[in-house]
Amino acid sequence: MSGALVVARYALRESVRRRVIVVVLLLTAGFLALYWLGAQAAFDEVERFGEGGSELDEQVLTGSTLFGLAMFTTLFLGAVLAAFLTLSSVGGDAERGLLQPLVVRPVGRTSLLLGRFLGAAAVCAVYVAGVYLAAMLITAATGGWWPDRIVTPGLGLVVGVLVIAALSLLGSVFLSATANGIAVFMLFGAGLAAGLLGQIGDALAVETLEDVATATSWLLPFEALYQAGLDALTEDVGGVTGVIVQLGPFGGAREAGPLLWLWSLAYLAIVGLAARAAFARRDL
Amino acid sequence: MPPAFACRQLTKRYGATQALAGVSLSVDPGELVGLLGPNGAGKSTLTKIACGLVRAGGGDAEVAGAAAGSAPARAAVGYLAELFRFPDWLTAEELLELHQSLAGSDGGAGERAELLTLVGLADAAGTRVGAMSKGMAQRLGIAQALVGSPRLLLLDEPTSALDPVGRRIVRDLLSELRGRGVAVLLCSHLLSEVELVCDRVAILLAGRIVAGGTPMELTRPRGVEIETAGGVRSFPDAARAEVPGLVAGLVAQGEQVYGVKLLNSTLEDAYLEAVGAA
Repeated sequence: MSGALVVARYALRESVRRRVIVVVLLLTAGFLALYWLGAQAAFDEVERFGEGGSELDEQVLTGSTLFGLAMFTTLFLGAVLAAFLTLSSVGGDAERGLLQPLVVRPVGRTSLLLGRFLGAAAVCAVYVAGVYLAAMLITAATGGWWPDRIVTPGLGLVVGVLVIAALSLLGSVFLSATANGIAVFMLFGAGLAAGLLGQIGDALAVETLEDVATATSWLLPFEALYQAGLDALTEDVGGVTGVIVQLGPFGGAREAGPLLWLWSLAYLAIVGLAARAAFARRDL
Repeated sequence: MPPAFACRQLTKRYGATQALAGVSLSVDPGELVGLLGPNGAGKSTLTKIACGLVRAGGGDAEVAGAAAGSAPARAAVGYLAELFRFPDWLTAEELLELHQSLAGSDGGAGERAELLTLVGLADAAGTRVGAMSKGMAQRLGIAQALVGSPRLLLLDEPTSALDPVGRRIVRDLLSELRGRGVAVLLCSHLLSEVELVCDRVAILLAGRIVAGGTPMELTRPRGVEIETAGGVRSFPDAARAEVPGLVAGLVAQGEQVYGVKLLNSTLEDAYLEAVGAA
């Protein structure tokens, strides 16, 4: 384990020295500033035109939709960060001759892989949790809206991004950096598309679409975690508002049962073991 | 004490290419063995099996008595690849510190300073790898390979980017390591370098050792040249023992003799002969 921590510290230092973190923080600050402006404008509009005495709670609809968008963006940015921190961990670094001097050390291949994952996971988890909390505070500050559940949606995003980091690490054992990057983003896109199909299937009661989405959720649990997080935002909201929120693009098609969390952790372990087995057999 | 490196009937195949076809070799502690051969002969594959980067297809290999690639074997090995890169954002000092952590070395700042001095980079401890010349990076690579006091040093073309001064530093370093009991397996295309520093040479061709021995054993007499007032007289089949007779004969013929030169083939001649390019 100490060898893995040495590698993780090295990976973290690399992120700082290569200015990855500075660039990510600057661009994220830009996103959050835009989000603040957008949320402020949206809540102002709702306050001006939304007093019609209808059953629809405009503040909940606006807040949950805006924050759902923020969650999607957080997942996307977290996925980009996770992929770029891990996509060349094995194949790419081996091609450039960076990996061999490390692998011949007694620390071993498993520790190298684990350290790479821990380093990327630490950066991604802090980043995703930070952006999630910042977006939530902005939503509350501009419109006075808070989600029904605060911890579980954020935790789902963090675990979802860790799943993407693990998949990217596994891909790096087999693929070059470019091919792996393409593969990871295609998987990410496929997961999101399946989630949207699931939402459409749920709204229109099309069983086939729901089955496709469910199967994809098991194969790519980051999508299920994201959807469950969206669902938990308005878990206690009922009536017309609840229905309209559910029909929207950020309504969330499924709830998170304990099985999803267990499966996600098991999934991380399975992907990790597969990467370890493949790396152990790979000639460098 | 077990040999620093030993392999028996080592084989390795990459798809249709037979990289190693039954190589047996032993390197004793403090011995400096040169591994020669044309590109694709199997030199890099052999060193990569020794340090655990590549799995052997058959046969067995040991480092200091432990199976090659195992943790104890890796702990006894220092390695510099032919095509290597270090993170350009690290300084020389930080790179050695990282490798000390990975190798479990407790040498601390003293070991780092000593290694940088050994390779002539004492003044470059704070220089980033990205700002180093190729030759400096190669010398830093040798220092990195020496972290943790390895018993076996595997160097794949360690002087390819070095100028004559840098090569001299590496030659002196290898001699010093030999004195400390460190075994060295040196892959190189620079035959003159190998001839100068190696105790023994093995020539690989198509995955097999086709010639081996000390540089003296691999070279052979190529006759005698005698410088006379009338010019240089060549005796291509003459041996050292025949020199007095040849000189006496020339003097008897009225020649004035100014010098005698015993000719030997070089390691390059032996190499070209062994790989069939002579």
